[in-house]
Amino acid sequence: MLTTALIVVPLAGAILVWVLPLSRESTSGLALLVALAEVGLWLGSARNFDFGSDAPQYATTREWFDQLGISYSVGLYGFQFWLVGLAIVVGACAIGYGAWAERERSRAYFGLLLFLVGSLVGVFAAQDLIVFYVFFEAMLIPIYVLVGVWGGPERVKATVTFVIYTMVGSLLMLASIVALGVSKGTFELADLGTSSNDWIFLGFLAAFAVKAPLLPFHGWLRLSYTQAPPEVAAILSGVVSKAAVFGLVWIVLPHFPEPVEDFRTLVLVLASATLVYGSVLAFRQPDIRGVVAYSSMGQMGLIVLGIFAANDLGLDGAVLHSVNHGLVSAGFFLLAGMIETRAGTGVFSELGGVAKGRPILATLVMVLGMYTLAVPGSTNFAGEFSILAGVFDRGWGYAAVGVTAMVLAALYGLRLISAILHERRGSAVRDDTGDLVGGELILVVPLVVILAVLTAWPAGITERSFPANQPAAFIGSQQELAP
Amino acid sequence: MIDTPSVDWLALSPTLALLAVAGITLLGAVLVPRSSERAFSIAVSVAGFGASAVLAGWVFDRSPEPTAVVVESMTRDRLGALAAILIALVGLAVVLLSAGDGRRSHVGEYYALLAAAAAGMVFFVSAANLMTMFLALEWFSIALYVLCALDTHRRASLEAGLKYLIVGSFGSGILLFGCALVYGATGELGFSAIREATGADDPLFVTGMAMILAGLAFKVSAAPFHMWTPDVYQGAPTTVTAFMSAATKIAGLVLMLRILVTAFPEQAEIWSVAVAVLAVCSLAIGNFAAIAQRDVKRLLAYSSVSQAGFLLIAIAANSTAGAEALLYYLIPYSAASVGAFSVVAARERELRRPVTLGNLAGLGWERPFVGVCMWWFMLSMAGFPLTGGFLGKLFIFSAIYEAGWWWLVVIGVLATALSLAYYLNVVRSLYMRSGEAPAAGVVLAAGGSPPRDLLLDVTLGAALAVTIGSFFFVQPLVDLASDAAASLPF
Repeated sequence: MLTTALIVVPLAGAILVWVLPLSRESTSGLALLVALAEVGLWLGSARNFDFGSDAPQYATTREWFDQLGISYSVGLYGFQFWLVGLAIVVGACAIGYGAWAERERSRAYFGLLLFLVGSLVGVFAAQDLIVFYVFFEAMLIPIYVLVGVWGGPERVKATVTFVIYTMVGSLLMLASIVALGVSKGTFELADLGTSSNDWIFLGFLAAFAVKAPLLPFHGWLRLSYTQAPPEVAAILSGVVSKAAVFGLVWIVLPHFPEPVEDFRTLVLVLASATLVYGSVLAFRQPDIRGVVAYSSMGQMGLIVLGIFAANDLGLDGAVLHSVNHGLVSAGFFLLAGMIETRAGTGVFSELGGVAKGRPILATLVMVLGMYTLAVPGSTNFAGEFSILAGVFDRGWGYAAVGVTAMVLAALYGLRLISAILHERRGSAVRDDTGDLVGGELILVVPLVVILAVLTAWPAGITERSFPANQPAAFIGSQQELAP
Repeated sequence: MIDTPSVDWLALSPTLALLAVAGITLLGAVLVPRSSERAFSIAVSVAGFGASAVLAGWVFDRSPEPTAVVVESMTRDRLGALAAILIALVGLAVVLLSAGDGRRSHVGEYYALLAAAAAGMVFFVSAANLMTMFLALEWFSIALYVLCALDTHRRASLEAGLKYLIVGSFGSGILLFGCALVYGATGELGFSAIREATGADDPLFVTGMAMILAGLAFKVSAAPFHMWTPDVYQGAPTTVTAFMSAATKIAGLVLMLRILVTAFPEQAEIWSVAVAVLAVCSLAIGNFAAIAQRDVKRLLAYSSVSQAGFLLIAIAANSTAGAEALLYYLIPYSAASVGAFSVVAARERELRRPVTLGNLAGLGWERPFVGVCMWWFMLSMAGFPLTGGFLGKLFIFSAIYEAGWWWLVVIGVLATALSLAYYLNVVRSLYMRSGEAPAAGVVLAAGGSPPRDLLLDVTLGAALAVTIGSFFFVQPLVDLASDAAASLPF
């Protein structure tokens, strides 16, 4: 029941926000309240959460569409719990940012944000292919409007590109879902068994490769991440891309053992290429959001490396790093938005020298930058190290590429920090450009605090992601459930 | 003493209720004073369409086994009853929608023709032999020809009526020719009798079957027999378009399913391929042409061609699952289609000019409820989750995949991807172009917000409720569809 509540609360909140004729302040207040209640609900659900159990927690299964064997089935395993938490926390920060930025047409805006959070929770909690697909597609609706109405000057182009890429991927997945579900007579993940059909596998892979994105399916990335409002970009890069992680871990790996084996080299090569390509492009970007966008792409490549290593270290690392990267990139997009509001631009050539006289902003950029470049000891380092150690088993070459990319990450991370904070003062930075204020701190500091906690205790996630802390064995056990 | 056949009045009652509406409203047009003619016609129509739906529901309840009634000229079964319910409800929605259309002349006649057309369709879906089929087809077609041309002061309307008349008659002619060939080959008129009489490989018989299929394809506007659709949908009064887009499709497709499965099961290998080809043509032509449209009614017309393609896929499956999928998908499809044309009507009444993607701009912000409705109708047509359209398409894909035609799933999926281009274009016009100055010379509605049209909002609300409700409460609807499909001899 609790999982259903986690899905329904934001959705109901969205409807409430849409229907109630409130002023802008009250609307954003109500939305924020719902988001915080959702955070509370999630924290509360942690209390009795049995991370070691090999059954999904707080599961609900209800008949929905008998003829096709579709049921409403949701529930949480450890890794899903963390992804849901990521969605809820980042969502709350994004809604807070929207309230701070005083968005126009507030009822539509906050309703859509809540709707997006609800569908994301639904994606991560799904235990049925159709439920997964429904939420996977449903989140496209708010994104489409949020970017298309409140986005930057090139918003229409951004939405069209984004929708075309995503829909082609997800419709191929729909064909695969139909083929898989009909031939098995059920859509429930637990009863689905395995398939050795390469085409069905490729349909799923296409959707997740676009969502992540993997090279060469990243054409939508830059426009969407730069044209979206900062808080929407934060959700997009921080959370929406993790739908691919969920899909790969929980649909592709357990149900397509043979195709995964056959295509492993291809996917690992693509993921490595994504990692290097994203990192190199991040180094070349002229503005803050461009850097964060392409660094996101690189990090997703790294995460996919971990997933397709498909061993304990790789999977644990992938889950941990998903959370890390979600928090860091969301934090950075919010910071980018704050800097853009102050300076009127995020272009490096007009920024610089922000650190002097703005200690809080400088500290936050610095800290998040350090996480981005995965300073040893940080939780990002733990995640990356675990992934690289995992993928080392599949071939030392991938690990070597990964290490190289860590160096590249240091390069673009340091460039990002110095281009904003140091160097000569840019034309857009004036004396009256202020430091961060209390309201803004509340939005970013929680993300940094969570990162700090994870830095101290990465095992909090890695040891609580899969039953009995044995990811590979658990995924394997799902394969044997074939009816 | 002349022998009279025994008549099953209950089976005929949904049709008779609608015929009564037609008669009473026509009388009303003459006898009731002009000032209250509209209110009178609407009241009678609402009562009549409602009664027809209820009676059809009663027939549904009382006919678990299909029986041939009235000298085997019609079948009393759940398939026909379910289709009759849907047609009557679509008609009811269109009556509510028409209440605010500002029609000055032919008010009584309009409702009379609408009821007559619906009566013909209700009769059509229960037809059990070639004669009743053709009779009912002409019955509702002629009513529709006149309805299309009813706005005599508008050239486009007259043109639409004439075009529909000519092309529609051509289609009816082909159908009649096909009936003649089938009768010639078998010597039988009844659908079941034709199945038993099949002398099998007679080329005349197969040609006749193909011509019947082509004639029906005209009515459901399946490509390549769709040429009339865009012009007629655009020119006809919007309320009539709303009715045609939903009710004609229901009637035509249900009868197509009935005749193919009942009369020609032996030739299933031939006709399922033919229907699949029609489906692929409709998907391709409908989608590509719709992308290029700027006039919203034309766009929706081409979209209805592509939707016909999806619905035909369900028939091509030639299975119980396919029939269930067809009947289920007709529900959200009809709701979305009537709803979308209602939104067009709402905008038209505001602007007093044809609605294009350009002058739809900003509607979503000006009238949030109308905008939200249109948004969901488009999503449903595009097969997005949280709408019945999604489950309908999923059901159709599953049925055809089960029938072993995986390539039709791929084509359907590609067509869906393509269709997003224009469905989302409509949504974009609703929300994302406000603020742009209107082009020079375009006069937008002045004088504040338009008068509230409560009945139109009711129609929209009902359509929205069905569109979304058919997603969440799919099981009861599918149970109905599966009861109805059980009356077919698969």
